[in-house]
Amino acid sequence: MNEQININSCPVPQTEYDRILMAHGGGGKFSKNLLEQYIYPLFDNEILSQKHDSAIFEISNTKFAFTTDSFVVNPIYFPGGDIGKLAVYGTVNDLSVAGAKPVFISLSFIIEEGFPIEDFKKILLSIKQATEIADVKIITGDTKVVEKGSCDKIFINTTGIGIIENQIEINPSKCKAGDKIILSGSIGEHGISILVSRNNFELETNIESDTAPLNSLVEKIINVSKNIHMMRDPTRGGLSSCLNEIAQSAKVGMLIYEDKIRIREDVKSICELLGLDPLYVANEGKLVVIVDSKDADLVLNTMRQHPLGKDSQIIGELIEDQFNLVYMKTIIGTTRIVDMISGEQLPRIC
Amino acid sequence: MCLAIPGRVISISNTDTESKIAKVDFGGVIREVCVDWIPDIKIGDYVLVHVGFALNKLDEKEAEEILNTIKNLEEN
Amino acid sequence: MKFIDEYRNADDSKRIVDKIKNILRHNWYIMEICGGQTHTILKYRLEEILPEKITLLHGPGCPVCVTSVEFIDKAIQLSFHKDVILTSYGDMLRVPGTKYSLLYSKSIGANVKTIYSPIDALKLAKDYPDKKIIFFAIGFETTAPATASSIIQARKMGLKNFFVLCAHVLVPPAIEILLKSQLTKIDGIIAAGHVCTVMGFKEYIPIAKKYKVPIVVTGFEPNDLLLGIFMTVKQLEEGRYDVENQYKRAVREEGNMSAKKIMFDVFEVVDRKWRGIGFINNSGLKIKKEFEDMDAEKVFSLNTQIDEIDTECIAGLILQGIKKPVDCLNFARKCTPENPLGAPMVSSEGSCNAYYKFGSVKINN
Repeated sequence: MNEQININSCPVPQTEYDRILMAHGGGGKFSKNLLEQYIYPLFDNEILSQKHDSAIFEISNTKFAFTTDSFVVNPIYFPGGDIGKLAVYGTVNDLSVAGAKPVFISLSFIIEEGFPIEDFKKILLSIKQATEIADVKIITGDTKVVEKGSCDKIFINTTGIGIIENQIEINPSKCKAGDKIILSGSIGEHGISILVSRNNFELETNIESDTAPLNSLVEKIINVSKNIHMMRDPTRGGLSSCLNEIAQSAKVGMLIYEDKIRIREDVKSICELLGLDPLYVANEGKLVVIVDSKDADLVLNTMRQHPLGKDSQIIGELIEDQFNLVYMKTIIGTTRIVDMISGEQLPRIC
Repeated sequence: MCLAIPGRVISISNTDTESKIAKVDFGGVIREVCVDWIPDIKIGDYVLVHVGFALNKLDEKEAEEILNTIKNLEEN
Repeated sequence: MKFIDEYRNADDSKRIVDKIKNILRHNWYIMEICGGQTHTILKYRLEEILPEKITLLHGPGCPVCVTSVEFIDKAIQLSFHKDVILTSYGDMLRVPGTKYSLLYSKSIGANVKTIYSPIDALKLAKDYPDKKIIFFAIGFETTAPATASSIIQARKMGLKNFFVLCAHVLVPPAIEILLKSQLTKIDGIIAAGHVCTVMGFKEYIPIAKKYKVPIVVTGFEPNDLLLGIFMTVKQLEEGRYDVENQYKRAVREEGNMSAKKIMFDVFEVVDRKWRGIGFINNSGLKIKKEFEDMDAEKVFSLNTQIDEIDTECIAGLILQGIKKPVDCLNFARKCTPENPLGAPMVSSEGSCNAYYKFGSVKINN
């Protein structure tokens, strides 16, 4: 036994990354830093600085929402969906949460040499079906083919345009302490279904992605209430990132209740098994609504009558908080902070 | 450290390498688990699983006992 | 989930805390050894409901945090070897070696893969006979038997392309070092339930006697921990120092004989360096001679020159419970999970990371 303990310290890792890591695409703090550090300052203008999922602007007295997104999901087919469906619904949802009615979508493909035509056809058909369900039109597009190994099978980029019809204004600045937070259903299914279908963990489940178009659900609630202050769909980075983004842009705090957040038993089990936090796992068909408390029950009941909102719950409320943090009452009655995800969520063993 | 999760054994089989493998159900999720270290394993047992290995059987009586202990704290 | 949800009941938490308050007379410092328990304590913010007279110290039980820089550097070197796929558990990929982490080496072209179980590494070896699969094995006595088992399996399957970089460590020697050092006041110890699932708890009896500290083997759910703390406080107030078992549903006194046997069939005990603490005698496991054809350190040529750079990270003091993360000048300022200055901020099991993530500092009650 050595009597003397040597208190040496850890060597400093590189703190300023000189390369892009997977974490930069994780929808958490790394992604945010990429935007704040390199992109926003360079292109700064009054529309970009809205920092929404969609940009909102007016042309000849018509208010438009405009968004773009890329889809690089691996595997391209997963339980409950595929890359094509995801591309359409992801774009539709970014427009919907801005209060817009999605109208037109552009469609660009980057395809790896050697990709089977059969798969290409299958994805196109899936896209067609999704546009019919979401009631949007594909009006322009592009295809590029790259050498084998330059991309992973097929990547899709879309742009979406929507029209904001009602005199509705979805804007974080309208959020105030006392507003209720409504979540349209259970969380984590998309991220977990992708994780399982990558088959690194040899798990058998029947969890399917929740990918779905939210425009009809949004339409219903903006028709019944003029007091919806903010909407967002919690995708990459999960519910936690979505709530933190709202809290920061609205300059409010949040208090949510762990026992009000629904998680399917099997999703919860996988999270327990791999040491993941379901609050950070991606969704593709869920809606978070911030609404004035006087309309909360009305909006909640309207959501529950829609198939995509039947499990809606009021999960918490906005509070005054100088730090603009998200707090959660745990199931044992204590309060903790729900921080934004910092990098990729990696399975814990320990 | 050492994340280990309880699950229920639903089937047991030997692999070609004579290692005993069981299918274990974790709240609706099934994974193969090595049960070499649990000689008297049987279907329906609950085991504690860490990195794909069953560490021990879970004792249902003792599990209940802890809850009773907590309930009885008030009286003592 | 059965055996989990029952122990997350708010009424029961309140019952236990009331009982603790009821018997508590003195100030006590209680250390939980295990990072998984630290994670639970902070995730459920148990400190919010515990009386102020109880101070919880977070011990060195995060295998990711205590893995020495040399080992991480070796793993990184190996990941760049031709035809190698380096596999390890998720958390390990983030921890910096001398220069960078395995995640970073992945971004510059190394072949690094996260696995859930060493069995998955065996499967890879079987599926890719032209690749060399190296499993970077970290963890305590809970995890070591699984590594041993995969080595035995590889031998049975006749695999020639499966190797292990073995960095396993043992808990009791580290506990003893902390108790001996007297740098920190430890009145009672919450022992790691899952380590004891394998090892049992006989080896803790002489430690409890020698250093006059109660040791309570405890589970991982919030109410397990609260009950473990209650049992420790009860012993302290009564002036006892026994080894007790709160986690009877999983832990038997003798542990799991089969798991212990396979572990010592494959490994022998050696001295090992712990990150932030230094060398601890008889605290590591090394692959025995008869399996050295699978020992990555023996099979591959490695350059192990590393320069320890002094930094402002006080990981050593944190891992020994001498200081809390919030006592560090860099905590949440210069040192965050995105820009970690040291391992305890990197691993989700590390105290600094858990403190940061669950915001123990930002909430003013």
